[in-house]
Amino acid sequence: MSPHRLPGPPWPSPIVDVREARHAYGRRVAVDGVSFTAREGEFVGLLGPNGAGKSTLIRLVAGLLAPSAGTVRLGGFDPHAAPRKLVARVCALVPQEPRLDWPFTVRDVVMMGRSAHQGLLGIAGRDDLGAVEGALTACDLQHVAGRRVDALSGGERRRVFFARALAQEPRVLLLDEPTAFLDLAHQVAAMEMARLAARGGLCVVAVLHDLNLAAAACDRLVALREGKVVAEGSPSEVLTEERVREVWGVPVWRGQNGATGATVVLPNVGPRSPAGPGVP
Amino acid sequence: MTSPRRSRLVLALGLGLLAIVLAVAGSCLLGPQPISLRAALDGVEPDRAILFGLRLPRAVLAAVVGFALAGAGTALQALLRNPLAEPFVLGVSGGAALGGTIVLLAAAGLSAVSGPAGALLGSAPPVAAGAVVGAMLSTFLVFGLGRIGGRLVPEAALLVGIVFNAFVAGVITLLKMLAPPDQAARLLYWLMGAIGYESASTLAVGSVLVLLSVGTLGLLSARLNLLTLGDEEAASLGVDVRRTRALVFFAASAATGAAVALAGMVGFVGLIVPHLVRRVVGPDHRLLLPASALFGAAFLVAADALARLAFLPLGTEPPVGAVTAFLGGPFFLWLLRRQAREHDEGVQ
Repeated sequence: MSPHRLPGPPWPSPIVDVREARHAYGRRVAVDGVSFTAREGEFVGLLGPNGAGKSTLIRLVAGLLAPSAGTVRLGGFDPHAAPRKLVARVCALVPQEPRLDWPFTVRDVVMMGRSAHQGLLGIAGRDDLGAVEGALTACDLQHVAGRRVDALSGGERRRVFFARALAQEPRVLLLDEPTAFLDLAHQVAAMEMARLAARGGLCVVAVLHDLNLAAAACDRLVALREGKVVAEGSPSEVLTEERVREVWGVPVWRGQNGATGATVVLPNVGPRSPAGPGVP
Repeated sequence: MTSPRRSRLVLALGLGLLAIVLAVAGSCLLGPQPISLRAALDGVEPDRAILFGLRLPRAVLAAVVGFALAGAGTALQALLRNPLAEPFVLGVSGGAALGGTIVLLAAAGLSAVSGPAGALLGSAPPVAAGAVVGAMLSTFLVFGLGRIGGRLVPEAALLVGIVFNAFVAGVITLLKMLAPPDQAARLLYWLMGAIGYESASTLAVGSVLVLLSVGTLGLLSARLNLLTLGDEEAASLGVDVRRTRALVFFAASAATGAAVALAGMVGFVGLIVPHLVRRVVGPDHRLLLPASALFGAAFLVAADALARLAFLPLGTEPPVGAVTAFLGGPFFLWLLRRQAREHDEGVQ
């Protein structure tokens, strides 16, 4: 691809367009003919039991994996074949458990998000410094900006990697279980940041396990099971009692949050469960 | 790179250069035969011959080797995401030694048939080429076998390197049996990591190769920062991981191969120096890599001078590889223990 023909904004809508994509690790088929789209300004939650293919799907979108069949388009181009730098300018991925073996500071790590906008030696320009400060502020990290990331708490560390993704100034933000291993307050904060990013015009796609958080924060939910999309739509459409039992194999009670009106599902477990004690 | 960091870079490089100058000066002026710098500069013999013919070239050679090994070590640590990685530990030096040995023995064999052809093959450039090729093949082998399920497992790569080292040592011992006695003795001394000045052309070829390869690593240093995060993260931040890694492999192997061709197997320089420098300048490879290379140069010049001076009363001198192994072995174990402890704390 020659430089003057690199694609740029405005990006086609939907910016994420996956059609009949398939991916297998060896013999194990992780994603089996999935079609999935997401638009700018939209917060989409990917739900499903373990092994349903959620993480594989966002890796296909990020171009880290190639589909063995079907197509994946990110901003209209193939993210696996495109130059990594171009992909990184369009799409940021926040991994589930970001690893950090070297003692980089918070500001160093957030600045790494600027790599795709910089030259070979990563010399920071005015834009870079501005984007980093903006991301630090948005994630409430200025007070720890000079500290080593490995010295932070789990919640703070997660925010650092979210800030790095914001500093990347992408149009698509992929979050792999942004609330895993966090306490309730940090889970809510993580979801709020993701929701704000979508309100700011980003296309946010998050792999989520907590159905109620997903129902409360996401515009749209996509439920996967065994590599296939089994339900898609608004939280109240996807999280019905039948669907949840079908996808997760768990009987639930469905209701509404009296304060927000959000759909709520609660598993029927315990001694007062209609199915009897100890029976899922 | 932000401006306070730029000034730190200048400071680190300035101090590194100063350390090299001091080490080289010390190495040149100290020795069994006291010499006068003024006399040497005025061309008075034997001062001039000792300074310019023996001590200065030797110090420069040690500096080039230290520069190469510390630079390669820093890059390999980033690639393996482990501070225990180092050309010697990973078996890259061993592979280079094997490559060089094979060329030397082939030269010995060839000279039995045709003297000039054998001498040509046994000269510096072919031996250096053999060492570089050996280093590259062993790098690919070690990093290839260090993959489990498509993922590079640092601990596995380190183990493969250690086993590969033992294997190479055995092969070299077997090959030595085939060599004529005078060749075998020369080979042994070379492999032990002896800084001995042979010829200006050897030094020139080696220096150019080292400068090019460590320079390449320097250009890749911002990407090395991203590679320390892991392949997937580096890729999602915009790094072409495969190509970058191949370039780093290539450059680190070339630097190691050149160092081995110049001075044999000098271990642990690439472990000790980057670790100490990292404690001062931090983990940013744009600072760490050039600073480590410079301090590596100063370190090896000093270690070589120390080895010479310490054994002066015995009228002999040990190869510098023995000195660095003496310092580096315990250092490696200390790092390993510390890493295990930190891992434990991390788990809790």
